[in-house]
Amino acid sequence: MSDRTAAGPVFLDAGESALVVEFGRSVDPAISDRVLALDAALAAAPPEGLRELVPTYRSLMIHYDPLRLDRARLVDLVEERLAAPSAVPRAGALWTIPCCYAPPHGEDLAEMAALLGMPPESAADLHAAARYRIYMYGFSPGFTYLGGLPEPLAISRRARPRPPHDSKAVLVGGGLSAIASFAMPTGWYVVGRTPERLYAPERASAFLFEPGDSLRFEAIDPATFAALEARADAGEVVARQTPT
Amino acid sequence: MTALRILSCGPGVTVQDGGRHGYLRYGVTVAGPMDALAHAVASRAVGNRQDGAALEVSLGGVELTAEDGPLTIAVAGGTFQTTLDDQPLPPVVVVTLEPGAKLRLRAGTAGMWCYLAVAGDLALPAVLGSRATHARTGMGGLDGRMLQAGDRIAVSPSAGAADSGAIVAPLLDRPADIIRVLPGPQQDYFADDQMAAFLAGPWRISPRGDRMACFLEGPVLRHAGGFNIPSDGVAMGAIQVPGEGQPIVLMADRQSTGGYPKIATVIGADLGRLAQARPGTEIAFRAVSHAQAVRALAEQRAFLDAPIPIEPLRRDRFSSEFLLGRNLVSGWIDARQPS
Repeated sequence: MSDRTAAGPVFLDAGESALVVEFGRSVDPAISDRVLALDAALAAAPPEGLRELVPTYRSLMIHYDPLRLDRARLVDLVEERLAAPSAVPRAGALWTIPCCYAPPHGEDLAEMAALLGMPPESAADLHAAARYRIYMYGFSPGFTYLGGLPEPLAISRRARPRPPHDSKAVLVGGGLSAIASFAMPTGWYVVGRTPERLYAPERASAFLFEPGDSLRFEAIDPATFAALEARADAGEVVARQTPT
Repeated sequence: MTALRILSCGPGVTVQDGGRHGYLRYGVTVAGPMDALAHAVASRAVGNRQDGAALEVSLGGVELTAEDGPLTIAVAGGTFQTTLDDQPLPPVVVVTLEPGAKLRLRAGTAGMWCYLAVAGDLALPAVLGSRATHARTGMGGLDGRMLQAGDRIAVSPSAGAADSGAIVAPLLDRPADIIRVLPGPQQDYFADDQMAAFLAGPWRISPRGDRMACFLEGPVLRHAGGFNIPSDGVAMGAIQVPGEGQPIVLMADRQSTGGYPKIATVIGADLGRLAQARPGTEIAFRAVSHAQAVRALAEQRAFLDAPIPIEPLRRDRFSSEFLLGRNLVSGWIDARQPS
């Protein structure tokens, strides 16, 4: 499929009440930038009848009420906003989030490292040394998809999902990394666990990150994990934010 | 405080309001009713907001009573067997439930879901702005779970609740034979003959379905260029086609994003109709234009915006003994007087 980054986006209907503005078909930071620029431009001055904006890797889904916002008007509006010089993504924050790779938290780290032909410590070091881009949320509340996984850690997902992991698992699979906020069966490898809560409905900020933010992991030992987890469970945010 | 008490309850009975909106971008499922039209009819019939919190009753059925005061209740949705103290009621109805009286909903001749709205407000906390239950993530409703026998939900009854009577809602009489769709958003992942096969069907509703998805069995659909796409947004009614080629329609409890090509999307006006189709029902899809889909939605919206017509109950359905014993007489002989 052709890359549409340079050309205008494609408009696709997802039923009569959702419009997909697609900027390409691959996972690419430049495409993501365009998605997030449109997301920011529409959120800054939402037209009457716009319901929700869902940025994903390569497209923005616009949920709208077609009885209050005409489809043709919405398409015109999107094109206007894209043409405006202000259509740039907001400057993303850089987050440092603690992660314990040691047992029992990184329960699949040794298995994954063996498949990749490296010692578990090297896999953990590589994972912690990278800087990731938060592309999108999906799957479950607070489930964060991260791009920027070092190439030596690229591994397919399992053919068959493994039994449920704990919440707050740090995952690797399919050339990506991710953080899961809920316990669930998964085809990804559990390489570590963060004490931070990516979904905390009672906290003032139920969610911490915005798509487009950057993130790095800070390796911690199990004792530090336990201490930070207690603070996070009490409602404190233990990830640190550095404006970029 | 006045309350609803669940006396017995099958699996899959939950509290649903209009859904949890505004957090899809953080991966939060909308949830909300499977049949939004029936949910709205029940809510409006008792004078509530059309996206107010109500009970969504599954085929498992429910039996409940009022405590510490009467409650005015509307039932709308599939053709369930509804009884008040063992006396049959019309399937789409408003009644007054006196403390101790038993209202029972059981699977009837058609439909998968029925809505039970109480005049007033269910005293349940909102999570991220909504009382909709999403059991998989433990959000909303009563403790984030399906209801069970013994549960008590406090109610703030509204003053001057609606009249008792049969709700006149012909729009709810919807056989699920033809389901209208808009092609896309990924119809170009399928060759023309595959789109034709999709529209020709026929499709049979599989028993595997739940609040998350409706599984279809029929011709095997082939993808033109593989089925791996980067995850993108998923609207309710999105028809995704995974590798094995049997379509899955994503419903109220769908995830916010998904990774299979979506050949078409069920139009908003037909979502409830599809949700009400039982396993084994044969359906076909018909492609319509965006304008046609909007017109169908406008028709439903207009019905809900007008007052919901309620006809007095026919007294020949009840013995006078029953009516006198249940203090129902004033509730329906003069159905236009507030009870």
